[in-house]
Parts: sequence; structure tokens; C-alpha cells
Amino acid sequence: MSAARGTFPHRHLLGINGLSSADITSVLDVADSYVEQNRRADKRSALLRGRTIVNLFFEDSTRTRTSFELAGKRLGGDVINMSVSTSSVKKGETLIDTAMTLNAMHPDVLIVRHQESGAAMLLSTKVDAAVINAGDGTHEHPTQALLDALTIRRRKGKLAGLTVAICGDILHSRVARSNILLLTTMGAKVRVVGPPTLVPSGIDKLGASVFHDMKSGLDGVDIVMMLRLQAERMSGRFVPSPREYFHFFGLTREALALAKPDALIMHPGPMNRGVEIDSEVADDVGRSMILDQVEMGVAVRMAVLDLLCPPATGGN
Amino acid sequence: MTTAFTNARLLDPASGLDALGTIVVHGETITALGANVAVPAGADIVDCKGACLAPGLVDLRVTIGEPGFEEKETIASASRAAAAGGVTAMAMLPNTDPVIDDVAGLEFVARRAREVKQVKMFAYGAATRDCAGNELADLGLLAEAGAVAFSDGSRCIADPQLMRRALAYARPFGRPIVQHAEEPRLAEGGQMNEGEIATRLGLSGIPACAESILLARDLRLVELTGGRYHAAHISTAEGVALLREAKRRGLHVTADTAPPYFLLTERDIGDWRTFAKLSPPLRNDEDRKAVAAGIADGTIDAIASDHQPQPQDWKRLPFAQAAAGAAGLDTLLSLSLALVHDKTMPLLDALRRLTQAPADILGLKQLGRLAVGGPADLVLFDLDARWTIDADSFRSKSKNSPFDGYDVRGRVLRTVVDGRTVFRADG
Repeated sequence: MSAARGTFPHRHLLGINGLSSADITSVLDVADSYVEQNRRADKRSALLRGRTIVNLFFEDSTRTRTSFELAGKRLGGDVINMSVSTSSVKKGETLIDTAMTLNAMHPDVLIVRHQESGAAMLLSTKVDAAVINAGDGTHEHPTQALLDALTIRRRKGKLAGLTVAICGDILHSRVARSNILLLTTMGAKVRVVGPPTLVPSGIDKLGASVFHDMKSGLDGVDIVMMLRLQAERMSGRFVPSPREYFHFFGLTREALALAKPDALIMHPGPMNRGVEIDSEVADDVGRSMILDQVEMGVAVRMAVLDLLCPPATGGN
Repeated sequence: MTTAFTNARLLDPASGLDALGTIVVHGETITALGANVAVPAGADIVDCKGACLAPGLVDLRVTIGEPGFEEKETIASASRAAAAGGVTAMAMLPNTDPVIDDVAGLEFVARRAREVKQVKMFAYGAATRDCAGNELADLGLLAEAGAVAFSDGSRCIADPQLMRRALAYARPFGRPIVQHAEEPRLAEGGQMNEGEIATRLGLSGIPACAESILLARDLRLVELTGGRYHAAHISTAEGVALLREAKRRGLHVTADTAPPYFLLTERDIGDWRTFAKLSPPLRNDEDRKAVAAGIADGTIDAIASDHQPQPQDWKRLPFAQAAAGAAGLDTLLSLSLALVHDKTMPLLDALRRLTQAPADILGLKQLGRLAVGGPADLVLFDLDARWTIDADSFRSKSKNSPFDGYDVRGRVLRTVVDGRTVFRADG
């Protein structure tokens, strides 16, 4: 399907950590071709015909699971969804038990979402299938960072030299970690903006510069990436209240005015309107990339499946 | 209107000025000061007759019962007591009822202070909602609405995780977290300093390490977060030593204490005198000396009144049932001058602990100093006048002073706020 196939030197996609800029560029280039395929009336190819892809979700996520499911189906694979949170875990089965059970069924790709950091890595050591991390705890969410990069690259034509502000709950965000790793690898400048209680220590060592107010944090940026703040973190343990959070860290038209005039707005979803983002901004079709991100998500996941599935032997 | 304070010993710790001279006040502002200042024609002249004229005191720790406990103290009565004590600006703690943990609370204080129009009134915002120690209050919104600092008042912020988050969260807003450093589980049920005297009196004790353990913990958290921290009413030698070490290491830490902790000891409790029941408790003589030495060398930045008014009914009880605290506004300057008379420290240094230093801690950079163009907030006092404290004469609504009948040297003659005389001594 693509020139990059066979040149992607990784068996699994467990994180952005460990990917070179060439690896990332390969994924984005392949994904670009799938964007076109997905806009045709006939969206289906036969690349993964006969392959079994398992969506193994230990944590609920409708949008990511749907995106992977669609990606697998559009490539002609057989996709099975397993929501483990409601089955085996309740019966006391461990992560490794589940992995070994699944492995015996000979899947080709395991797509894993788990609430604990490092779970995807642990699983990858126990199975023969390629493992794709669809989000592990507060560690990484590599396909989100790749789809964000594709969205930016298609709109801005490049990643290198751009300044990206990632705003909000950095502490609990796997999206922020993957994005910082990817964007700095690709030569973009990354800022994180949030209250000190939501910025993890040592984040500057990952290459991000830290800001605690929107005014200086958004000054002159090309991209404003908002993160979701979960309700239970706004009740006084990390942040005093939603009202105070929106006052200081909500993305309003006023706050956005500090960024470059053509700055784009991104959000991994689902949004808390009126908490981290004002509806007026979220729904601004000229600036908001939020729906583009969803579209790029399917293309990026197709590209990752493409690159990780070894070509079938004996012709196809 | 122009007033000239002539023939005064001008004392300004901020500039180091200590010289005979004149201050000219026009309206609310100092328009001239120094040794060779001409008195403008038509000015009212106040002949200071060689008495000391210094910046008005800035009291950074005052408990007022309004709203909620008006039987103890109101903003009006506290303001009169402050004026009598030479205090021209004060910051009230948030443990009112309701607690000052939102913008409306701050606006109430500001409005009452405007109506009373005596001394300048500032307010702390609660560090945690309802001062309950569980969740952060809206620190950012409180800072924007004028809160000078954050504190849970007489309650210790005990949860180390919450303290860490408070220090971190408040950092961008540039306001300190002010702590009552007392480990609550160690202090629980305690009535006075732990030791021989508590044992003789049959009262349960609060060990000195209740202060130092909490303080040591907080100083580590300051190091971790880079936050701004202020330790209130330091009472122990160990506490002073910890602060001295923290400052030597360059931590952004300040501290205050109050006159009982450098003038009295647990012995002053005598036969269960409830007026000497304080929080933190009066300690032993080594602690007292260490606190005085800490003030002298600047380890303790500020002297506050730590005014905690309590009605008679709350003190006329068996010791264990009596409320803790002492009224301190009326006597702040006179008691603090003991440090000068007993040669613990020079006059300008003592005044700095009462004026410039607390103003700086609260971010009130215009207050606590004498400057042309600055507000005419002044205290005129007789450094040597000897008198005996009579708690019944206090302007404070509550008369609970452990210093009733105590001989002091130094007396406030006049207090001026924004050019208005708000207090004049009789005679």
C-alpha cells in the first residue's frame, strides 16, 4: 500500500518515546494517503484481509475504540471489541491471564487501553501479536499525538518551528506526554500552561517550557491544545473550583487573542464546555480543529495498522 | 488641609532615618519630611516636643469577630483598639462566620472598613474552603479581590498533600500561605506547654515539638514547591532554629511572633490564670529568650499583636474549658518597646518588625514607611513614659490580656491615618 511499509522498524506502538522523526514522518505520510481513501465513497481496501484485530479496552472510551474499529474494518480486517472492565477483571483474572488467553486465539494486532501506566508494555512482552497502546494510565497515548500532528501538518504544512501551547491538566494527561515527545522530536517548541498543581515535576526535562498563566503561555503561539479537566479534580484537591479554573485557564476569545492571529485550537475530546473551553471558541469553524482531529484519527490508526502488520506470507 | 509635625524625632526603618525634624502632611499625604523642612504658611502645627514620630504600625495578625462573633469584637471596636495601639493598618484573619473564603466576604470587610473609617483594614482569604482543611479555597479569585495572604487562621493546615498544593497553587498569585504551625494530633486536648508546670497544675500539655514538627514539614514543602510561606506566632526555640536554617538556605520564608512569646512564660499562668491561656501556649524561659533573639537577628521578621479577643464569660471558666487567646491591639507598641529598653535590639530594628517588615510580607509596599508622596500613616509616641497596663481601659471589646497590671515603658500619644488623627492620648 505504501512506500513506508517494511521500513517501519518497530513491532509495537507502545508510545512516542523511541520513535525517530523519520518513523513519525512515515506514519504521517501513510496516514495522508488514507485521508484520501476515507473521503471516497468506497472506503474499503483489502490490505488486512484475514487478519484479526482485537480492541482490548480495560477503560471505557467510545471515541477511541470506534476510531480503531473503523480503521481496522476499512483495511479489511476482522475486528473484535472486548470491554474487559465488565468481564474478566470482575472474575479476578489478571492482565497477564487475559493476555495469555487472547494470545492462544492468534490475533494479529492487540489494541490496548488500560487505566494503569505501563500496561501496554507489560502485555507486549507476553503476546505474539503487535500491540498498539490506545492509552495507558497517565503515560502515553501515541495515536492521539500522531493524529494531532497530522492535523497540524495538513493545516500548517509543517511541524518544525511551530510553537504549541498545551493547556490544562498536564499532570494526569497521557495526551500531553505523547504530544510533548512527538512535537519536540519534530522540532516544534512546546509550552505547557496550567496551575502549578496540575503541572508534573520535571516536565521541563521533557523539553516543554512551563507557564502558569494563559496570558504569557499563549503569547504568540501557533497552536492552542486544550486538555480535558475531569470534574473530580476541580473540587479543591488540585483546583479550587470550576469557576476559578475557567476564570484563569479557560480558553475564551479574550485568551485566544494573545495567540497568533491564525492560531488553531485543538482538543482531544470530550470537551467540558464552560470549564476549559468557551463554546464560542470551540465552535469557531475557522479556528477549531476539533472535528478535523476526529477525521485524522481514523487515518492515523489505519496507517499504524498498515505499518505494524507484517505482509502476509504466500501472497495476498 | 496642611499639618506640620514639628520638633519630632523622626524614625523610619526603611530609610534608616533617625533625626530631629518635621513632617508636613497635606491632605492624606506626606509632602515633606526631614531635619530642615520649612513649615508652610497657614499649616496647623503639632509640636511633638521631641517625641518619636514613626510610620504607623502594620499589624499582620488580628482576629475580629465580625461577621459572626460580634460579642467578641467588631470591625469598629478593633479599629479603635488598633488606633490606641499605634496601629494604622491591620490584616484580619478569615475565621469569621461565615469564613472569608469567597469574594463576597472580602467585599463585606472592605465595605465595613470604609464605613468605620478608622485604620486601614485588609483581610486574609481562607486557604481552604470554610477553613476546614479539606479543599483549596478559590485562591486566585480571592487574590484578585484583594486578599493579602491565605490562612486558615487559628487552624493548622494539617494535611501535607493539601499544604503542598496550596503552596504550589498560590505561587503564581504572589501571596503567602500563612500557617498556624501546630501538629493537631500532638496538640489535641493540650491546655498549656508540656512540662513540669503543666504536671504540677494537672493540665495536659502541648509539647514544643508540636510546633517544630509541623514547621519542619512545611519548610520541606516550601523547598519542594518554591511557594511562599509565612509562619505565624512562633513560640519555641526549636521553631526559631528551623526558620534560621531555612533562611540561611535561601527559602522564601517569613515569620512573626507576638509580645506574649518574648515577654511571658508558662510560669505566668500562675494558679490557672486563664488570661495566660494562649494558642500556641506560653513556653519556657529558654523558648522566650530564643524568640527574642530571633526577633533581634531578623529570623522572625515581624511582630504582630496576634489579637484574639475573648469575652469575659469565655475566660472565667476552669482553665481547660476557657478559650485561648489574648487581646493585643491596644498594647502592641508599648509591649514591643521592651525589646529596646532591655537592649535586645536597637529602636529602628524593633520598629522595622512592626512597620516595614509586616507591610512587605503582605505586599503593601507603600505602607510601613515614611516617604514623601506616601500616605500620612503615623504614630507619635513617648519612648520613655512609664505606665501600667489596665485592661479595663482597652478600646477592644474584649479585655482578656495577660498583661493587665504589667509595667511598661513607652506610650502612644497620637495615631494618624491618611492625615486624620484617629487617636490622641488623654492629657
